[in-house]
Amino acid sequence: MTPFEQTALAVLLLSSVLCLFRIGRGPTAPDRTVAIDILGTLIVGFCCIMALLTGQEYYMNIAIAWALISFVGTLALAKYLEGRHYDA
Amino acid sequence: MLETACYWVIGIGLVFDLFGCIGLIRLPDVYNRAQAATKCVTLGTCMILLGVAGLGFGRADWPMGVKAVICAVFILLTNPVAAHAICRGAYLSGVKLWEGSVEDAFADRARDLRDRQTEEGLVSHEETETP
Repeated sequence: MTPFEQTALAVLLLSSVLCLFRIGRGPTAPDRTVAIDILGTLIVGFCCIMALLTGQEYYMNIAIAWALISFVGTLALAKYLEGRHYDA
Repeated sequence: MLETACYWVIGIGLVFDLFGCIGLIRLPDVYNRAQAATKCVTLGTCMILLGVAGLGFGRADWPMGVKAVICAVFILLTNPVAAHAICRGAYLSGVKLWEGSVEDAFADRARDLRDRQTEEGLVSHEETETP
């Protein structure tokens, strides 16, 4: 079923290009932050398809680590966007 | 049979991912983009992960399946939290809503927060205009 996996990788690459367009074009900083978050999630899916394609299960370790780091980074960017001490 | 079902689940997840990213391009302001992209891409990636988990279990590749399920649960828990934090930060940093928006449920709360911050003398809000 290699053609299926190749098509899947192509679709994820197209989605990533759309995200990169929003990162480059986005009029405000939160636009870019949303696109970065979405790009991280897409990369997790990409790693899963790579694990399926190659049969190497260490790609799943990369996916888990990427999801963790992406979440922490997004939270840090969000607190930076709030800027001042809005702790409710 | 199980393999065919798993490939179908992965395919539907890919379609969700693609539509979420099209929404990220097409919609008019930050909040619309965030909700479209986050919901579609979270569900799509979770479906990809669950399909990969099913294929791994079907091939008796237990570590791959278990890791995929763990990753799916983690993404399902954390992605909405991240999107909520980004939208809150965007609102408090002064990004305006789209002109066609019909309701702004966070306006009162945000004004309270700003007033309290100003009373405590931590910030002066003259410069909090749209960046």
